[in-house]
Amino acid sequence: MLSRVAERIYWGARYLERVENIARLVSVYDSLLFDLPKNTNISWYNLIRINSSADSFSERYKVQNEHNVVKFLLADDTNPFSLLSSLKQAKENIRTTRDVVPKDTWEQINELDLFARKNIRQGINRTNRHTFLNTLIQRCQEITGLFEGSMSRDATWQFVVLGRNIERADMTTRILDAGVSVMLQPNGGTRANLSQIVWGNVLRSASGYMNYRRGVRSAISAKKVALFLLEDPYFPRAISFCVDEMKSAVQKLPRSGNVLKGIEAVKGLHYQLANNEQLNEEFRDYLNDMQIKVSTLNDEFSKNWFAYNPSAQLVAVKSETVSSIQLASQA
Amino acid sequence: MKTIWGGYQSEQHFDELISAEGEARNAASKLVEHIAEMEPGELDKRRQMAEASIQEMGISFTVYTEEGNIDRAWPFDIIPRTIPSDEWQQVADGLKQRLRALNMFIDDLYHDQNIIRDGVVPEHVIMGSKNFLPECVGVNPAHGVWAHICGTDLVRDGDGKFFVLEDNLRVPSGVSYMLENRAVTKRVLPEMFEKENILPLDDYCAHLFDMLVSLSPRDVEEPEIVVLTPGIFNSAYFEHAFLAQQMGAELVEGSDLFVEDDCVYMKTIAGPERVDVIYRRIDDAFIDPEVFREDSTLGVPGLMRAWKKGNVALANAPGAGVADYKVVYAYVPAIIEYYLSEEPILANVETFLCEEDDQREYVLENLDKLVVKPANESGGYGMLVGPHSTRKEQAEFAELITENPRNYIAQPTLNLSTAPTLIGAETLEPRHLDLRPFILQGKESYVTTGGLTRVAMKKGSLVVNSSQGGGSKDTWIVDTEAE
Repeated sequence: MLSRVAERIYWGARYLERVENIARLVSVYDSLLFDLPKNTNISWYNLIRINSSADSFSERYKVQNEHNVVKFLLADDTNPFSLLSSLKQAKENIRTTRDVVPKDTWEQINELDLFARKNIRQGINRTNRHTFLNTLIQRCQEITGLFEGSMSRDATWQFVVLGRNIERADMTTRILDAGVSVMLQPNGGTRANLSQIVWGNVLRSASGYMNYRRGVRSAISAKKVALFLLEDPYFPRAISFCVDEMKSAVQKLPRSGNVLKGIEAVKGLHYQLANNEQLNEEFRDYLNDMQIKVSTLNDEFSKNWFAYNPSAQLVAVKSETVSSIQLASQA
Repeated sequence: MKTIWGGYQSEQHFDELISAEGEARNAASKLVEHIAEMEPGELDKRRQMAEASIQEMGISFTVYTEEGNIDRAWPFDIIPRTIPSDEWQQVADGLKQRLRALNMFIDDLYHDQNIIRDGVVPEHVIMGSKNFLPECVGVNPAHGVWAHICGTDLVRDGDGKFFVLEDNLRVPSGVSYMLENRAVTKRVLPEMFEKENILPLDDYCAHLFDMLVSLSPRDVEEPEIVVLTPGIFNSAYFEHAFLAQQMGAELVEGSDLFVEDDCVYMKTIAGPERVDVIYRRIDDAFIDPEVFREDSTLGVPGLMRAWKKGNVALANAPGAGVADYKVVYAYVPAIIEYYLSEEPILANVETFLCEEDDQREYVLENLDKLVVKPANESGGYGMLVGPHSTRKEQAEFAELITENPRNYIAQPTLNLSTAPTLIGAETLEPRHLDLRPFILQGKESYVTTGGLTRVAMKKGSLVVNSSQGGGSKDTWIVDTEAE
């Protein structure tokens, strides 16, 4: 498989997942803020913080209000992480790999892009936001379903799996961080009630509410939710699940030794949740470490399969041939 | 004959399906009868079926516009054009003969140039062609073949005789549409494939693949074959992707390849993989920025080095276009006799070279009857079509020709053949057409069974280019002897 095609497939799948995740994130925040008591000190601006976009936001907007935050996240063409920018990237990557993805993919992503651009105001204003975001999520899932149902499980598929799961793992760390950061803000006497609402919504933003209920079978608490999203072996958006998916994809790809080491490093990152303290700044540091490790994985993929230095690898190939000849002659 | 054919008449032209007496030609008789027996409205239904199939199969070509590139559905007429197999066999022999001679000519030009020394083709003709590449002198491609894939444009005149209009030896396109036309027709007129002996043509890609394999410089079981495309923005990208898929070859862009120690490799997820044969769909000028256009980002630096060393095969070879030149065209009959000592099987269209005093004089006196073409252009640019021109245009061309006679040739306006074409819901009218068969030459030669028929959809028009309102038809070589 050509490196260029592999790279485009990986990013196509990754951006598609990102579009869905941004839509989820905004949608859940939307309902979270409806549920919270009026005097709660929680703002839309948290969404900017968890996406590590504070700097680029402040370059564009002075006021940190709902309208600006949502506009920045959904519609802003100059924000490379906005929903529309991500959708454009997904579309371009699929456009240039039309010959290896299922036949209808191009048409579907093209229609999705047209739909999103035409109706983006519905996402920014509150009245129709929910319907708009829901439609987007559904349409992303249609494409994911098309891949799932009609792609051969060859190298192309493995890069779809890598792109999708690295994006999911990354987003799950951010969603957890969103929950912790809300809870760490001073909010006087409302805290007990707040915890239920916040962590319930954290689960919902990962589509994990029902799964949690069925799998954990106890009341929603910060630590249990965190544990669920970090380590549940069955839930497809749990980080350990995503990492396992990536591991099995990587094992099916050529020359995967270095990448496997990187994956083991992520798996080894374990946080002790057994003590009685609240999730604190230390936990946020852990999530931050996790995010860095995950993005290092991205670099590993790229170095190993996409943008390698041809001469260096050629030397490697040649010396491999030489050593196998030597081995043969010794034997 | 029944109503639908009742008013059909192609005055003063040779019609592919219907004779001057209004009878169906032998190869077309079953088709003509079948259409005559259709219920009213049936043809229109079939036309809609064809449109839906084309959409569904994603057959498109790209048109450049100010707003960006648009993928347009391929324009297609459902009434096939028929040619009897015995006649086609002759044409095919003629095409093979012609390409064999042209390849010997190209090989000679880049080596000893005997044909110039023997005074058959003047030296200035070759040196005046911008397609002659000094960088190719002395190179020895496999089997002495330079033009491996050739698309030759054929036309019939008023008597129904085939003529060669031009040889496309650089990066001829259209073969995928030929194959898709057949696929669509099988859906639209399925019953005809039972009634009539229509020779199959879907073995083209297998022959193309075998031909490319025969060029491999390495003697390995499975040589690595790639199709090199300029990329998604090229108008023929659909065809590049189609051919790569059909052959199971990688579709690569220039940036997917690199040259190391004068060998070509492609960048894959498993590491560098040696490439043996490149079917390149990029013009000579862009293939290697080290040698040709420095600003080319489509090509591969070092590709020419690797090719000259014989470490990679390029199809077509760089420099093959030297024989795809309007002045050289006039000499092709002489070229065939010179190298093969054979009579040309296929005729050339009569061609006047403006550099020759007596011929120029004739051209200048008859500008209103002739088609004048600049020697170094292709795709119908910068032409004068005499009968459709104004006096002012004729005067302008007279001046151009006098200034630079070597740059112009002229040909009589051809009385192109016609075929019945569905216009509107159910009217059959004659429209002019041509035919582009594809010829392969590697270790062996091959000609497609028929070719791509292009048809001018506008009444009386001779312009068949798809970018200018031309359409296409399926082409049936009908086995008239088998019963």
